[in-house]
Amino acid sequence: MTVRTSEVDDLALEETPAPEAPPQVDNLDALESEAIHIFREVAGEFDRPVILFSGGKDSTVLVHLALKAFRPAPVPFPLLHVDTGHNFEEVLGFRDDLVARHDLRLVVARVQDWIDDGRLSERPDGTRNPLQTQPLLEAIEQNRFDAVFGGGRRDEERARAKERVFSLRDSFGQWDPRRQRPELWNLYNGKHRAGEHMRVFPLSNWTELDVWRYIQREKIELSQMYYAHRREVFARDGMWLTSGPWGGPGEGETVTEKTVRYRTIGDGSCTGAVESEAYTVDDVIAEVAASRLTERGATRADDRVSEAAMEDRKREGYF
Amino acid sequence: MTDDTNTLTRTAPDSGTEVSLPVHTDLLRLATAGSVDDGKSTLVGRLLHDTKSVLADQLDAVHRASADRGLDSPDLSLLVDGLRAEREQGITIDVAYRYFATPKRSFVLADTPGHVQYTRNTVTGASTAQLAVLLVDARKGVLEQTRRHAAVLALLGVPRLVLAVNKIDMVDFDESTYTGITEEFTRHALALGYGSRDVVTVPVSALHGDNVVERSERTPWYSGPSLLEHLETVPVAPDPHDAPFRMPVQFVIRPRTAEHPDYRGYAGQVAAGVIAEGDEVVVLPAGARSRVSQVDTPDGPTTRAAAGRSVTVLLEDDLDIARGDLIASADSAPRVTDELDATVCWLAEKPLRPGARVLVKQGASSVQAKVVELSARFDEQQLSKIDTPEALELNEIGRVQLRTSEALPIDDYADSRRTGSFLVIDPSDGTTLAAGLVGLPLSTLADSVA
Repeated sequence: MTVRTSEVDDLALEETPAPEAPPQVDNLDALESEAIHIFREVAGEFDRPVILFSGGKDSTVLVHLALKAFRPAPVPFPLLHVDTGHNFEEVLGFRDDLVARHDLRLVVARVQDWIDDGRLSERPDGTRNPLQTQPLLEAIEQNRFDAVFGGGRRDEERARAKERVFSLRDSFGQWDPRRQRPELWNLYNGKHRAGEHMRVFPLSNWTELDVWRYIQREKIELSQMYYAHRREVFARDGMWLTSGPWGGPGEGETVTEKTVRYRTIGDGSCTGAVESEAYTVDDVIAEVAASRLTERGATRADDRVSEAAMEDRKREGYF
Repeated sequence: MTDDTNTLTRTAPDSGTEVSLPVHTDLLRLATAGSVDDGKSTLVGRLLHDTKSVLADQLDAVHRASADRGLDSPDLSLLVDGLRAEREQGITIDVAYRYFATPKRSFVLADTPGHVQYTRNTVTGASTAQLAVLLVDARKGVLEQTRRHAAVLALLGVPRLVLAVNKIDMVDFDESTYTGITEEFTRHALALGYGSRDVVTVPVSALHGDNVVERSERTPWYSGPSLLEHLETVPVAPDPHDAPFRMPVQFVIRPRTAEHPDYRGYAGQVAAGVIAEGDEVVVLPAGARSRVSQVDTPDGPTTRAAAGRSVTVLLEDDLDIARGDLIASADSAPRVTDELDATVCWLAEKPLRPGARVLVKQGASSVQAKVVELSARFDEQQLSKIDTPEALELNEIGRVQLRTSEALPIDDYADSRRTGSFLVIDPSDGTTLAAGLVGLPLSTLADSVA
């Protein structure tokens, strides 16, 4: 089940095929068609859908697919960003550029507002990822969003592997894995009662490598944080963290400059970088294919808390 | 147990040169099925592990969790049993989707639980599967659940079966035990309508890895492929390109922009057959005819698109077409009817009784329907039927007559999995009540009815 390095090099060096080249038999075509089918089902069955947008690669791919699903018409729903207040500046800039370039609508829910007026309090460990859930649920309720697209993939984590493409949430936004609807053929059941909403995952069947191969094929522009760059970082729990409004190095932690990239992008307090020389999408594909760590295991402190960290957050209404 | 430990250390890369990179991207969708404790999760864990689809941090987590449970070797089922309750009870509750790839093929695997009360998950996994791996415990042989699962797989039209006779080490790799089980199973599968070439049997030990990825030296009497070799090479049933064209309209695209003032396209995924510019089509249920003026893909216009592709179809004539309509080949259109004679797999706790009012979702349309008659319940054990039962309970399969509030264009499930399938939905709370298949897809059951 292995290939020699030379083949990896060949792949990395391969030129993007010319447009007139015959279409390859490729599972990316099947995954793209499946995702577009899901977007169109939601547009047909729901009144107020929204794309949850984090600025990361999966939600950027979601936006790309949404644009393709309704072309030449505009995307018939807005984006929702839950800003933890600890977002990387680069990501916010990337978000605003993307929204402007494609003439999209953007709704922002701010965790900082909730902390400022005392509805939420900062956690002792300083991480704000778990604090996103309440502002997210309130934004869904206030805007009466009835379907919320997320970039979650089943290959990311064990609890996510059991998630449906159409995942019903009660009026508290909760996920009950024991009461999930069976999902048959490609017939999605979008029925929900007032106050309930649907979380929808068009990338359910994609792997991390599929996402990267698609980014390569479609030439999708991502935040530059996904590619190798020089950055001042400090080591904590086996990850390279950046100083920012969320805090800096603690006692005994020293700042050094490294060539790093991010495999996931989330709250600055708990998303780490990995040392990497992957400057281009081709480099990244070779690196992901050779990696011995999952993207979450490598760079997300929030998933390391317990065996069921993700399941517990999902039950509470997190994505 | 030493075997396992050795295999596990081998996954850690000796150098940075070994990578598993799926260059070939042929895709096989498969489902697993079997009874409780047959070792399904262990087999799936073994497939993931031995194809190097398990990364170091996932493996570390399994090592830690196994040690926490006082096990002296890693329990590979912990790789797939993702929910807290599953790990606590050591069982699989919900269908889990797994992704792995070898240089020959990519796989989407639906791992379905074996408990009777979770048979509905087997139906779910089977609905999209091109192949199913059915497990039996070599010590127990073919059980009631095995026969039930095989019947469900046959009913849902899964084209190919693999019987994995697991725990072959526990019967000392005994050939006659294996042969006895495979003969009994093959008889059952043939009775369900499978051809002898559609059914392959493999003796395996998921725990120790025999015949899962590598052929085992401990079963010298077995000359067939390992399970993975078979999965990598079995022909994938192609999408039926020669079937007549079908496309449910999901959404009407009308930009009304300065650039595209008159664009009117019908968006959908080709459910069967091929569509090309110039094709004559009929729009159902209304029955209006037109000709395809343009086929747009997400990457621009194309001359033709085949089953599975999401496209936008433009027609020469200005017709009144909305979500839920079906665009079909004018030469070979499906029938349009408000009376559905169908087979249903009942998936809800609340039983089905004649007279019930339900919703039917078929293609992209949702209509109200009434259960006019519950004419039979099928006993998949004996392949027999019980006439006019009072109700259909959870996990039971029966034949119903439905009357819908609007006429629907439908095919028989046996002819078209995509346009011959429907959901039965509870109008009060939106619960999915049943998987519906138009007609009597299982020929054996049809015979028993005749």
